[in-house]
Amino acid sequence: MELNRRQLLAGAGKFIILSGAARAALDGDASRYNAAEHWWGMTIDVGKCIGCGNCVRGCAAENGVPRGYFRTWVERYQVNGEDIEHPQVDSPDGGFNGFPPRHEAWAKSFFVPKLCNHCADSPCVQACPVGATFDSPDGVILVDEKYCVGCRYCIQACPYGCRYLHPTKNTADKCTLCYHRITQGLTTACAEVCPTGARKLADLKNPADPVHEFLRSNNVQILKPYMATRAKVYYKDLDGAVR
Amino acid sequence: MLCTAASVKTILKESEHLIRLVLVAAILVVVFLVVRNVVVPAGFGKYGHYRAEALDDVRARAVSFAGRQACEACHGEVVQTKNQGKHAQVGCEACHGPLAAHAGDPIANQAVKPDPATLCVRCHEADSAKPKGFPQVISSEHAGGTSCGACHNPHRPAI
Repeated sequence: MELNRRQLLAGAGKFIILSGAARAALDGDASRYNAAEHWWGMTIDVGKCIGCGNCVRGCAAENGVPRGYFRTWVERYQVNGEDIEHPQVDSPDGGFNGFPPRHEAWAKSFFVPKLCNHCADSPCVQACPVGATFDSPDGVILVDEKYCVGCRYCIQACPYGCRYLHPTKNTADKCTLCYHRITQGLTTACAEVCPTGARKLADLKNPADPVHEFLRSNNVQILKPYMATRAKVYYKDLDGAVR
Repeated sequence: MLCTAASVKTILKESEHLIRLVLVAAILVVVFLVVRNVVVPAGFGKYGHYRAEALDDVRARAVSFAGRQACEACHGEVVQTKNQGKHAQVGCEACHGPLAAHAGDPIANQAVKPDPATLCVRCHEADSAKPKGFPQVISSEHAGGTSCGACHNPHRPAI
């Protein structure tokens, strides 16, 4: 088939326009997630946690958390009698392999899962001197590995002890609320593997999200409210002994 | 008179100083802008005091847990059994582990069956810290060493 200049140019023009359209369509598909439509947090029903450690193991598997470091962990509280100011807390290996069974029914005892609270006013973000730790437009506190200088200020600033220095990357590391999962419609790894549904991802900007009913009809607390961090991990029926 | 020839001369002389100062300041501003352009990464400040591309870096991570919806696509029968029992709300990967690779290519990545001997007690070994209503046993007294799977179907545990 012989092509004259006019046909060639017309064909090339069509090709460019169509491939451009295809790419735009593909891009649209990949970036369909609109951060402005979400405001992420988490709800935790303390009365449902059984201390199995599934969340700790699941988080490590999903995010490649080095052993001995934790983006989430579980604490076992025991309040002996009237001495509620001094609860006994243990968290062997962060609860990675569950807890050695204890049979002390006379004391008040319960499990408390912990993770980054994704504070709306995060001390860690304020402390970072280089803009490596930031709050995303959808309310998740993230670390820019390429920008972090490993100064550890954020680790000291976090009132909840949710950060660590990654032993090989030498950058600050923490819970991302499974940002790579939640931005494609999945729940977090910890919520996915929690057998009792004690942990639930919450989208506070979604009016249909059960979080609103959860907040409205339960006895809900955040950790260390006096730190004015505006934490977004909401605990149902949290005991006053929990720090 | 203020505008004597001498005073005009002085002003002209002083303005020469002024021009030099302005020139030096202009050079400094240009140097600052050039250095800033080189040093500050693209996308910094788009959403806030951070690199906007860092969001995509975090998102780029591959998923390990496929999520229960992915399992249902092939294992509908098991899911149906599970939904009839007390384990209806338990996600598949809560016991079977991360299986996104298996969901992507089931032939190349076979799932390994978990061992009921170690699996069940993770949740059901009695502990005074566990919620009162949660079914828990002291495994050594409960079955005397018999594997849980001998009596219970883990997908529908009621006997």
